[in-house]
Amino acid sequence: MTLLKKSAAEFAAMLAAGDVTSVELTQACLDRIAAVDGAVHSFLYVDAEGALAQAAASDARRAAGTPASELDGVPIAVKDVLATQGLPTTCGSKILEGWIPPYDATVVARLKAAGLPILGKTNMDEFAMGSSTEHSAYGPTHNPWDLDRIPGGSGGGSAAAVAAFEAPLAIGTDTGGSIRQPGAVTGTVGLKPTYGGISRYGLVAMANSLDQVGPVTRTVLDSALLHEVIGGHDPLDSTSIDQPLPALVAAARDGASGDLSGLRVGVIAELRGEGYQAGVQQRFDEAVALLVGAGAEVVEVSCPSFAHALAAYYLIMPSEASSNLARFDAMRYGLRVVPDGDPSAEDVMRATRDAGFGDEVKRRIILGTYALSSGYYDAYYGQAQKVRTLISQDFAAAFDLADVLVSPTAPTTAFRIGEKLDDPLAMYLNDVATIPANLAGIPGISIPAGLAPEDGLPVGFQVLAPALADDRLYRVGAALEALLEKQWGAPLLSQAPELTPAVEPVETSGGAA
Amino acid sequence: MPEISRDEVRHLADLARIELDDAELDHLAPQLSVILESIASIAGVAAADIPPTSHALPLTNVYRDDVVVPCLTAEQALSGAPASEQQRFSVPRILGDEQ
Amino acid sequence: MTTTLMSYDDAIAAFDPAMGLEVHVELNTATKMFCGCPTEFGAEPNTQTCPTCLGLPGSLPVVNRKAVESAIRIGLALNCEIAAWCRFARKNYFYPDMPKNFQTSQYDEPIAFDGFLDVEVEGETFRVEIERAHMEEDTGKSLHVGGSTGRIQGADYSLVDYNRAGIPLIEIVTRPITGMGAKAPAVARAYVATLRDLLLGLGVSDVRMEQGSMRCDVNLSLAPSGSDKLGTRTETKNVNSLRSVERAARYEVSRQATLLSAGESILQETRHWHEDTGVTTSGREKSDADDYRYFPEPDLVPMAPPTEWVEELRAALPEPLRVQRARLQAVWGFTDLEMRDVVASDAVGLIEQTVTAGSSAQAARKWWVSELTRRANEDGIELAELPITPQQVARIQALVDEGSINDKLARQVFDGVLAGEGEPDGVVAARGLAVVSDDAALGEAVDRAIAANPDVAEKIRDGKVAAAGALIGAVMAQMRGQADAGRVRELILEKLAP
Repeated sequence: MTLLKKSAAEFAAMLAAGDVTSVELTQACLDRIAAVDGAVHSFLYVDAEGALAQAAASDARRAAGTPASELDGVPIAVKDVLATQGLPTTCGSKILEGWIPPYDATVVARLKAAGLPILGKTNMDEFAMGSSTEHSAYGPTHNPWDLDRIPGGSGGGSAAAVAAFEAPLAIGTDTGGSIRQPGAVTGTVGLKPTYGGISRYGLVAMANSLDQVGPVTRTVLDSALLHEVIGGHDPLDSTSIDQPLPALVAAARDGASGDLSGLRVGVIAELRGEGYQAGVQQRFDEAVALLVGAGAEVVEVSCPSFAHALAAYYLIMPSEASSNLARFDAMRYGLRVVPDGDPSAEDVMRATRDAGFGDEVKRRIILGTYALSSGYYDAYYGQAQKVRTLISQDFAAAFDLADVLVSPTAPTTAFRIGEKLDDPLAMYLNDVATIPANLAGIPGISIPAGLAPEDGLPVGFQVLAPALADDRLYRVGAALEALLEKQWGAPLLSQAPELTPAVEPVETSGGAA
Repeated sequence: MPEISRDEVRHLADLARIELDDAELDHLAPQLSVILESIASIAGVAAADIPPTSHALPLTNVYRDDVVVPCLTAEQALSGAPASEQQRFSVPRILGDEQ
Repeated sequence: MTTTLMSYDDAIAAFDPAMGLEVHVELNTATKMFCGCPTEFGAEPNTQTCPTCLGLPGSLPVVNRKAVESAIRIGLALNCEIAAWCRFARKNYFYPDMPKNFQTSQYDEPIAFDGFLDVEVEGETFRVEIERAHMEEDTGKSLHVGGSTGRIQGADYSLVDYNRAGIPLIEIVTRPITGMGAKAPAVARAYVATLRDLLLGLGVSDVRMEQGSMRCDVNLSLAPSGSDKLGTRTETKNVNSLRSVERAARYEVSRQATLLSAGESILQETRHWHEDTGVTTSGREKSDADDYRYFPEPDLVPMAPPTEWVEELRAALPEPLRVQRARLQAVWGFTDLEMRDVVASDAVGLIEQTVTAGSSAQAARKWWVSELTRRANEDGIELAELPITPQQVARIQALVDEGSINDKLARQVFDGVLAGEGEPDGVVAARGLAVVSDDAALGEAVDRAIAANPDVAEKIRDGKVAAAGALIGAVMAQMRGQADAGRVRELILEKLAP
């Protein structure tokens, strides 16, 4: 177990030094999954055999002195919304139960090319629609900090897998906060890159113009290492940016020195106050003070159009989703429900989509169908796209005053499972601070800011940067992480309650810290 | 913003090819009304001269060359099919017209 | 509707047709619109697909540059403006042959718009205004199983092949054409034929209507003669030959006139053309339910064709059809009337290819415009659909030129080639059609003719050469027409030299 608490960067160093093998490491993760996933339910599918085979191949490369990448041999979990050739891909939906894609998402292909064994597919809200992972058709994921609470969503499985030490690294996707908000409530690091920074090819779309893939990790440096493996131009994605990534790992290493002299930090006035839990606000303010202590200059910025971000998001996202999800019609793949009698293709489509989609998916499809309808297009979808412009303008003005912007990642800590399940509006409010970045296409990161005093649950600190300046997130994130851990004396996750594994995984020599 | 009626939800579900029974309509219609009410604030927020943003980043002219790349095999293409016959996807009888 | 239809002439006397034409053209790019799958016609089912054109979850489109180039060239050739900036949009509707249940198309931002195409009908020029030409993708193809006809109605189930899904299409839409009067069906045909020749000249499509690489929808409405009010229109889908375009338009004029005259109204609807019975039948009713929920395709970025690119493509366009036809007419030495017949017979390209294969222009015209056009009309098919190639026509003419056959025998060679008996030389041999020019055989026949007609022979000996015709006729009768008439004449005059 002690072994598993190390970071991916540390694993990479140990693999390079021959202190551990990828097979040992991968087996340790698989053992941990076997021990705790019954309680946490991070995974929808575990590919033990495949992961161990990839690990063995990695060990062979390491032995031959030809590792495929720095992270060669470090195992990873992949959100079940990315196509994996030969592995089931369900998107947390009954409608795709049993579907095995005949192709790999670009991100998955890059993970394989870089030698990272894929442990399995992680749980998520159905088609990434949700902020709690309760909308998975295969049951909720539980927050390792408190199994009665949600791990955030939609990527609760990836965040919980990392927080529960089932995997050192995971892949998430973020349409309105689905990487950052789970990161916040599980005490982990989650980054959404600049739109177009990481390929969407093979990512089953919820809202194409907002979706991005990103790293889910325990440390900022790990995020940068993974980001450099999966990021960069992909000719299969027309919206992919055709230029090299900034030096992300270098920025993270640089930031870890803790010196932020000359950095201008903008605190977003609209993302605080009412609706923000006291302990969340307190930890946020303390973190800002730490940045000042590190030499940063803090200013307050105002983004008045953020007041309409949630409304714009809940028009654009369902509109795109309603169209994206039309393909799940029982004709070519996935579930087919055949009603009694002599049903037509239309009847089969209707019955299948009723049986195969959950309530939240139906709500959003109907909402999107409504927003795109001819009589309402200008009033809703058209307006929402204009609000998107206003939000980008607000960001542009704010970035004139500051190099990065900061806010709490989510207004509250993890709520109890079931608490907001049938109150969609309350659920949507979880994303109020994360959504503006998706609408504007800019990058954002959430890093642990401590535990809220009132409930002892993790709080996330969000940093936003202008488009293409993802490196700033790593510099600031790594600095804040270093300053906080100096205060805490250890990573925040060391304060998480021990999950009681049924079996203690095998320790390896040299693994003790 | 008008409240969304049960009939309207039924019509939208029909456009979206989702068979909703009465219980589901009872459950979903009021929720959709609440959501719509909350996003009604957006009407009139942006002036007429504000350009809409359809894409987060202003990229243009992304093309590929007209060069053939390997296809899936028919077996792969049909691997997920609920039913197939004669190397084709078998679908229930189609209502309406040839498109 | 069992009432007798009003005759076309009566219909046209009472009503003025207005017509709009929508033509879908499959581009002949090597790959599909949004993925690298090949576009070859006739491949085994579902062997030309990938995650993108199958609409698999997670797949993404990338635009084929060549398809955009072809679209721009088509727009330029149709005298259109080329959009400085435009996008693809999603047209949302459910149909099993459409893998994503939306078609990636263009909506209010077509790549080309505001153009025109001049077409000629019986010496009169009609300017057809082009509203737009936009890019989109084709759907898969369904095979309907069960039922009696192989049609969609009454089928038990259907089998879908997605090889065609995603093949680039250009949809060319005209503005309503009015003022055609009785010529409306002919204008429709001439427009489609002219458009086809233009596209062929651009080399952007195979434009084979019989293979579906060019498909036409005919929108037609009637207004009472002299009224400028547009009537309710019907949309007749997938009319897939030049002849059918003309017939379908003609039928709709009669059908709508019959209803209107009886005080009934026209239903705004989609109709289907039945090639076999020559009628249109009601399809689905157009209604507000056709809500396609268009919105800009978020997976593709906008297109902003640089001016230099557009001008480069403009400069490289082939000569316009009108110029090309004037040039060909001069080179071929046809009169205006002859050229008009050639165009009306849709034989310009066929004659051009026949001349290339070695025939004289006049001979090529003679065979295609009179002989073969008559045969095509008898069979109810297009001239180009006759099972004979320009090369074969040129070879038959060469056989005539070298004296192996004469015009009368040539017609029998056409019979043979059209009946599938093989190449012209083979048909000549198999049917024993070669002209006899062997002096020994001819000499014997001439001798027999002289012996049988002593008085005629005597006249020739006396210098009345014109009388030779009677002996030639007698020889030809003996030889069943297969004698070289020139040589026969020479032999007669030799034998009966004074």
